Amino acid sequence: MSLLIKVNGDERTIERSLSVWDFLETLKLNPRKVAVERNLEIVSKSTFHETLIEDGDQLEIVHFIGGG
Amino acid sequence: MTEQDIKHKQDTWQLAGNEYSSRLIVGTGKYKDFEETAAAVAASGAEIVTVAVRRVNVSDPNQPMLVDYLDPKDITYLPNTAGCFTANDAVRTLRLAREAGGWDLVKLEVLGDQKTLYPNMLETFSATETLIAEGFKVMVYCSDDPIAAQKLEDMGCVAIMPLGAPIGSGLGIQNPVQIRLMIEQAHVPVLVDAGVGTASDAAVAMELGCDGVLMNTAIADAKKPVMMAEAMKLAVESGRLAYLAGRMPKKKYADPSSPLSGLI
Repeated sequence: MSLLIKVNGDERTIERSLSVWDFLETLKLNPRKVAVERNLEIVSKSTFHETLIEDGDQLEIVHFIGGG
Repeated sequence: MTEQDIKHKQDTWQLAGNEYSSRLIVGTGKYKDFEETAAAVAASGAEIVTVAVRRVNVSDPNQPMLVDYLDPKDITYLPNTAGCFTANDAVRTLRLAREAGGWDLVKLEVLGDQKTLYPNMLETFSATETLIAEGFKVMVYCSDDPIAAQKLEDMGCVAIMPLGAPIGSGLGIQNPVQIRLMIEQAHVPVLVDAGVGTASDAAVAMELGCDGVLMNTAIADAKKPVMMAEAMKLAVESGRLAYLAGRMPKKKYADPSSPLSGLI
């Protein structure tokens, strides 16, 4: 069953439930360089492997950029 | 080296339990590319840089990242909340920053409106309370109000950072009297954050007795940012030395430099 989720404000379909770690890898993002918020809660990096994305989840994936 | 020279070399400052030599903190925004950012940071001699937290571009994951050009192992990353207009957004941003980098030292700025980017102090107090309760070490961008600054220090902020002029304005230190009052009363570092336009402005801030200066646009928007970064480094050092040396009193009339005795 595919899942409908929101990633950084945009809707996206994934084919099956994935861990946050695996999902970041499908996006070709280095999990060490980003932080993830899931439904307004921080996902601790130490739990990226065991946290499963569920249908309807809202994810924010952020990193550091230049700023003053 | 004389004793005084040695003292200059040892003129470090303490921030949240860490010791720093450079009193210049620089932002990493507005540069033409990451190469220029890295070159300007190197020329500035800064040991701390401010960084912003933003959404990753999910559709283009191969875009270069700041961490590939400025290694957080070599330089202290100070995540900011630029662009946040509510305490909630600021706290949310810094929680993500802490998770992304693992650092507790953060720069809180909660803005009031787009035109002035002046701090919203009510929201700033609210965010400060939450962040300190959650174990963050908060360097706080604030208005040049000594009473507000005292309150922020009492709440546990690790540095007080009043604006010298609106963010990005380059107008220089508009409020030396208030800044001076804030420095005199503080038991934590006071840094001018925002308003510096050129090297002399940075020197003025340091001559007032600030522990440091934070700037971004003054360097990034200069015609030659890397050269201006070096100018700022020298200005901050120069202003600091002048502060330590103690300036002469101002007088209303002339006072000859050459002796009057022995005139022909």
